[in-house]
Amino acid sequence: MMKAKASINRRGGEGETRRGGEAGLRNPAIAEIDYDELLEPMRFSFALDRRSFVQMLGAGVLVTAVGVPALAQRRGRGGRGGGGFRGGPAATLAARIHFGDDGTITVLSGKVDGGQGSRGELAQATAEELRVPFDNIQVLLADTGAVPNDGSSAGSRTTPSTVPAVRQAAAAMRQLLVDHAAKLLDVEPNALELSDGKIRYAPTNRSLTYAEVAKNEALAEKLAQQPPSDVELTPIEKWQILGTEQKAPAGRDKVLGRHQYPSDIKRPGMLYGRVLRSPKYRAKLASVDLAPAKEMEGVVAVEDGDFVGVAAPSSFAAEQAIEAVAKTAKWEAEELPSSEELYDYLREHADGGVPENPFADEVAKAAKSLRATYTTAYVQHAPLEPRTAVAEWRAGPSSSPAVPQLTVWTATQNPFGVRGELASAFRLDEDEVRVIVPDFGSAYGGKHTGETAVEAARLAQAAKKPVMLRWTREEEFTRAYFRPAAVIDVEASLDSNGRLATWWHVNINSGGSSIGSPYDVANKQSRSVGSRGPLRHGSYRALASTANSFARESFMDELAAAAGADPLEFRLANLKDRRLRAVLEEAAKRFQWHQRVKNKEPNRGVGLACSLDKGSYVACCAEVEIDRVKNEIHVKHVCEAFDCGPVMNPDNLRNQVEGAIIMGLGPALREEMQLADGAIKNASFVRYRVPHFKDVPTIDVHAMNRQDVEAAGAGETPIIVIAPAIGNAVFHATGVRLRSMPMKLAKA
Amino acid sequence: MQRTITFTVNGEPRSVTTDPARPLLDVLREDLGLIGAKFGCGERQCGACTVLVNGRPTFSCSTRVATVNNRTVETIEGLSDGEILHPLQEAFLAESAFQCGYCTTGMIMNALALLREKPKPTPDEIRSAMDRNMCRCGTHLRIMRAVESAAAGVEGGQQ
Repeated sequence: MMKAKASINRRGGEGETRRGGEAGLRNPAIAEIDYDELLEPMRFSFALDRRSFVQMLGAGVLVTAVGVPALAQRRGRGGRGGGGFRGGPAATLAARIHFGDDGTITVLSGKVDGGQGSRGELAQATAEELRVPFDNIQVLLADTGAVPNDGSSAGSRTTPSTVPAVRQAAAAMRQLLVDHAAKLLDVEPNALELSDGKIRYAPTNRSLTYAEVAKNEALAEKLAQQPPSDVELTPIEKWQILGTEQKAPAGRDKVLGRHQYPSDIKRPGMLYGRVLRSPKYRAKLASVDLAPAKEMEGVVAVEDGDFVGVAAPSSFAAEQAIEAVAKTAKWEAEELPSSEELYDYLREHADGGVPENPFADEVAKAAKSLRATYTTAYVQHAPLEPRTAVAEWRAGPSSSPAVPQLTVWTATQNPFGVRGELASAFRLDEDEVRVIVPDFGSAYGGKHTGETAVEAARLAQAAKKPVMLRWTREEEFTRAYFRPAAVIDVEASLDSNGRLATWWHVNINSGGSSIGSPYDVANKQSRSVGSRGPLRHGSYRALASTANSFARESFMDELAAAAGADPLEFRLANLKDRRLRAVLEEAAKRFQWHQRVKNKEPNRGVGLACSLDKGSYVACCAEVEIDRVKNEIHVKHVCEAFDCGPVMNPDNLRNQVEGAIIMGLGPALREEMQLADGAIKNASFVRYRVPHFKDVPTIDVHAMNRQDVEAAGAGETPIIVIAPAIGNAVFHATGVRLRSMPMKLAKA
Repeated sequence: MQRTITFTVNGEPRSVTTDPARPLLDVLREDLGLIGAKFGCGERQCGACTVLVNGRPTFSCSTRVATVNNRTVETIEGLSDGEILHPLQEAFLAESAFQCGYCTTGMIMNALALLREKPKPTPDEIRSAMDRNMCRCGTHLRIMRAVESAAAGVEGGQQ
């Protein structure tokens, strides 16, 4: 099932080249989604007979409260797989906003919520433009049978793309309903007042609810139109709900333990699945005997091509069954480079070789020059809820478009993409597949794909019953896609005044996000080149921006030291970008950088870094303490300033920034997948150490909340500067430069 | 090889006839429909499955159901008084001490055991006690604040 298509792992090249003199920054509105693309999909090739699906046992499907908009999405939009990473506009106003007879207002979106707060943000956007209280809005997310395809929840695109689309629809809806209410009441629209979902004419105290107006036959045609994109939106200075603190709508259910995550879905007669995995990372199944599993009571076992799995009445029985099958399996394993060989291997297998510095002549003549290589390890997202899917095939003919042949509840950031994966794996029309994504237990870029959904569906097909497949933690560590490892070469030269003269940056294997230097350099270029990475890799929170910012900001520190300059002053002297300067100066001021860098204490150090990605700007100051006995780095204090434009929900933003900082501590200091003998050696939280309570520093977050620029997403960029700030602080404390993530001090 | 295991869950006597080697977590979730405790790792590392057994925080993913025979089990479902939240639940909501919330029920159950043993824990004691649970979203500081404010509330007679 896991094809060893090493050569598939290519990208980068010319698109990432930045000529000298350019800002080297991409317009976020047209940024390519390089980090979103899974470079090596899991491939399934089932030997299917379409007729075999037709007669199956099964049960009904959860039908959402909202019937009307089902399947309202315009087909054929959104590109590959019929799913579409980017999505498209809602087909109609009615497909975006629904008024229930009971007074509920529902906004529908193809976005998902894995904890980042999109549900609340979209409720805010709708409430703001409809002029109703936040709590009046229900949000229906990510049910492909009901919602518009808003594209994948990735690339920090919900805030800059989906929020405006929802606001447009809500504002258009408000205008439409007010205009029609004016006709019904026989008054001028501007004589009407709006409050709490009621349209009121004060002189006669007559009022109509939105729902009463919306169900008017005369409006049907207008509600069937595509939402306009040029409606006037509520200006920031008049925001009542956007820009204010609002609690996550699902919070109460979560603290009560009532919220149903994908792994909490239970269907009548549901079985529990497990899939056979090879002990080595890449291996072909030579032979297997399913008999030991089939002898177990209630167990269904499937072999279909490379896919082998079981379904059983309990998780425990499924585990016993798959262990019995695993004992019979024979594998032909492939070699893989070990962790020690990895970075040489990536360099040796770089597509077209590693390009040379085009400024070599200038470097040779420069007053000072430096060259260094940085590396980052493969890491896993390790979301706390493992990948899970519940699949159910319809028995008999359909009674409603909401009950297609196959329904899958799963956690994915790309519901329409997963619908496409399922349709393709089972040779179904996309309309015959419905994917429902309950708010799930986090992803961080790790849940873009639908392999768990496909596997669950294959098991359910064989069992003729609904099947839940919940990956084990070991599968999470070995079978989910990884954040790619990187080898990054940087070389720069300084003129006689200590200013940057040339800059050259090459990323091998991990991608081009934030690769362009934001500093003013007459001659600068950066390149991203693919390689034959041995592990299946894909997206991760801010993906390559972390590796590229780690290399650039650490190297800026090396250059500052070479120039004999303070790291803050050196950056500011080479930086014109006003927004980046502003966050850097803000973080430094709040951290009291100047005092702390001078008043150095033994075994303590401070460092800083800044960067930008996806339209937002971030700077970080960090203080570390070195434990000389254990050779450990302890982060004591982090101060981050962040500019993502106008803030939508201040506390949710702080939560995201704090979370990014804490999550970023892991790959900075400890997280690393270890490869040896063709296998992942630390597929466990025991040996893959993510941040714990004891690792968490004091954190200060300052949001710039600029009102004069477009709002950018905020879930990713705050993670990209924590590692270089720590590395620079370690250098300040010890004089030792750490160029590999995770950063570890050598034994004394 | 089935066995009948009898125990108390949230004050109610329950009896299940099942393979005694099954994890308590599976029995709670798959047999008794109590989904509040979560599967996170199956290796006693993340604490998402935390329930209280005879008052002690316990990794239910790695506890054979047979070992709770004749014991009392408390899960998140038993914490609120109907719709009236426990002070810890109120505090987690007030501090927004979660993002995805998958770790939340285990965090609250662990904090409950802590506050019963030490009604006024110091910040260091909170950090140390909570360290057996993982949060991948990075809401640790909020969780510590929530536990602290719940402790203050309990002391102030809100419970």
